[in-house]
This record gives sequence, structure tokens and C-alpha cells, in this order.
Amino acid sequence: MNISRSVLLLAGMSLIFLGSLATPASAADDQFKHAEKLYDTYCAQCHGADRDGNGLNSTFISVQPRDHSDPKGMGDIPNDEIIEVIKKGGLAANKSVLMPAWGEIFSDEEVDQLAAYLRHICKCGSN
Amino acid sequence: MMKAYLLAAMVGAGFLASSLTASAADGSAILQSQCASCHALTQPENTSLDRLWERKGPDLYYAGVKFNKPWLVKWLQDPVRIRPAGEFYRKHIKKGDKGDVVDESTLTVHPKLAQADAEAAADALMALKGPEGLIETGKYDADKKPSPMAKMLFTKLRGCYACHSIGGGKGGLSGSSLETAGDRLQPDFIYSYIKDPQKIDKGIWMPKLKISEQDLQNLTGYIAQLKGKEGK
Repeated sequence: MNISRSVLLLAGMSLIFLGSLATPASAADDQFKHAEKLYDTYCAQCHGADRDGNGLNSTFISVQPRDHSDPKGMGDIPNDEIIEVIKKGGLAANKSVLMPAWGEIFSDEEVDQLAAYLRHICKCGSN
Repeated sequence: MMKAYLLAAMVGAGFLASSLTASAADGSAILQSQCASCHALTQPENTSLDRLWERKGPDLYYAGVKFNKPWLVKWLQDPVRIRPAGEFYRKHIKKGDKGDVVDESTLTVHPKLAQADAEAAADALMALKGPEGLIETGKYDADKKPSPMAKMLFTKLRGCYACHSIGGGKGGLSGSSLETAGDRLQPDFIYSYIKDPQKIDKGIWMPKLKISEQDLQNLTGYIAQLKGKEGK
């Protein structure tokens, strides 16, 4: 009886341990899943599938779209400005008129998710 | 003798009526059998991003307020790609030397229709008007000549050119080519779509910009005069 209880306890603990290993990765995936889809739908046409500013349309844009994979360039931009530019467009932050305002399409929550996602892909933390 | 004429006339009229009915029915039947698998012919309830990604062709449930019928009849017989990167650009790009390029190998060719089928299908498409109030009619003033600034608005100031081609290898690729937009689209549709693309095509990757009435008139005027050689 004691042995089977110990086996059960061990099995239970292993499951919890395995679960705790799996949780952080899937939580991170889930955290950016929607933002990634938004990026691929709306942003990638200019900022690129690799998020490097070389999107399908970039050849036809007089001002090169921002390279979101650049830790230095992105790291210099404060979070507030990233959020402002997504919502109100480039002009709102004295940047390119060709970056449109997406505030009519994304909810505030989605803009926050996108801003966090941009920090994630530039690996440049938050300012 | 008179009776024979009358009978012949009646049979003739009956035959004409039945052939007209058959032809009208054919248009809807063609839409159902050949178009419905890629195009929404009724307004979809699902307007999620996932649906947008899965969509194989533009929605046609408002085709009657979008297209010009002569263009439809011609295009259905000899379709030329309107969206350089397919219905959804993100599924048809690959890495090129300098950045993303269209992956032509993933694009499919639109089926062709014979003339009679094209005419019947165009009739049936023109009957699809979409929900009431989808398009703002009568706001665009076709009599007013667009300002010389209109092209500048399109190419630079409002950035339309970044996503939309105007032919000759000029202009972006993620949006529809507007090279022959004046032949293809009704001016009221152009006006309404620029004003609020999301109202007509929920979730589409075209932003809703704040555009003044004057700029809307100018942009609509500029796009409506973009026509192929025959349309000019």
C-alpha cells in the first residue's frame, strides 16, 4: 500500500514538474500569437516577413520602412512613441507620412500587444 | 391558317420566354457552381482574421455596386491578375535579393468563361448589391475635374502608391493594381472604399485614413480616370 502510494505521489509530482516545464514556453507563444497574426496581416506588407523593413512594398516607398529586428534602432524608441505611431501614424511622431494610422482598426489592447511584440522581436527590452 | 400562325407565334413566344429564363438562371447557376468556392456571394457572418487568411478571392456579395458590367463581361472571358500578390499577399511572398518578392509559383490562374456564360454571370453579379448603405452614392462629383494635386496625393502625400500599382511596374504589390481601376470600378465604390475600407471589407489590410472631403474627391477622380487603352 505504502509503495503504491509512493509511486502515485512520484507520478503526480513528475506530472506537475513536466507541466511547469511546458507552461512558460506555451504562455510566451500564446502571449504573442495574436500580435504575430496582426503583424503578418497588416505590417508585413511593408516591414517584411522577416520584420527587417524589406517588405513586398518597400521598394516603392520613398522612406525605408523601419527595421523591427534592429535592437539599436528600436531600442532608442520609447514605448509611448511606438504606441503613438501605430495608433496615429508616422506624422504623429514627426516620422514618415507613409506609416499609416492603424488606430481605427486595432483596439487599444491590440496596439499594446503589438508594441510588446515589437520589443520581443527586436530583443531590445523596453524604454 | 390563322390558327396555325397564332399557334406558331405562341410556341415561338413560349420558346423565347423559356430561353430567357434559362439564360437568367444560368448566371446564378454559374456563380454557384464556378465562383462560390472562392468568393462569398452572400455576406459572411464570420469576419475574423482567420477567415481573411483563408479567403481565396475577394467577396462578391456587393459586386453590383462595385464593378462596371462591361469590364466584368470582358474580364471573365480573359482574366488578368488584379492582385499582383494574390488575394492575400502574405501567403504568396518569398525572400528575394533585396527583400520580399511575389512567389509566382504559388499563384493560380482565374478560370475563363465563354462569352455567353460571362454575360450571364456578369448579369447575376450586377444583381448582388450587398446590404443597404454599404456604399455612399452620389457623394462623388464626377463633373468636377480632379486637381493637379490629385496624382501627388496618390503617389506621395497619402501613400496609396506604396501598396497599389498604377501599371508599368510602378507602385506597390500588396493591394490591388489600379492600372485599369476606372474601367473596373464604379466611382461611388472607389470613393466609399477610400473613405472606409473596413466598412466594406472588414479586416482588410488597407488602413482607414482621415481624409478630407476635398482629398476624397481628388483621389476618386484620379483613380477613376486610370483606364486601359480601350477605356480611354
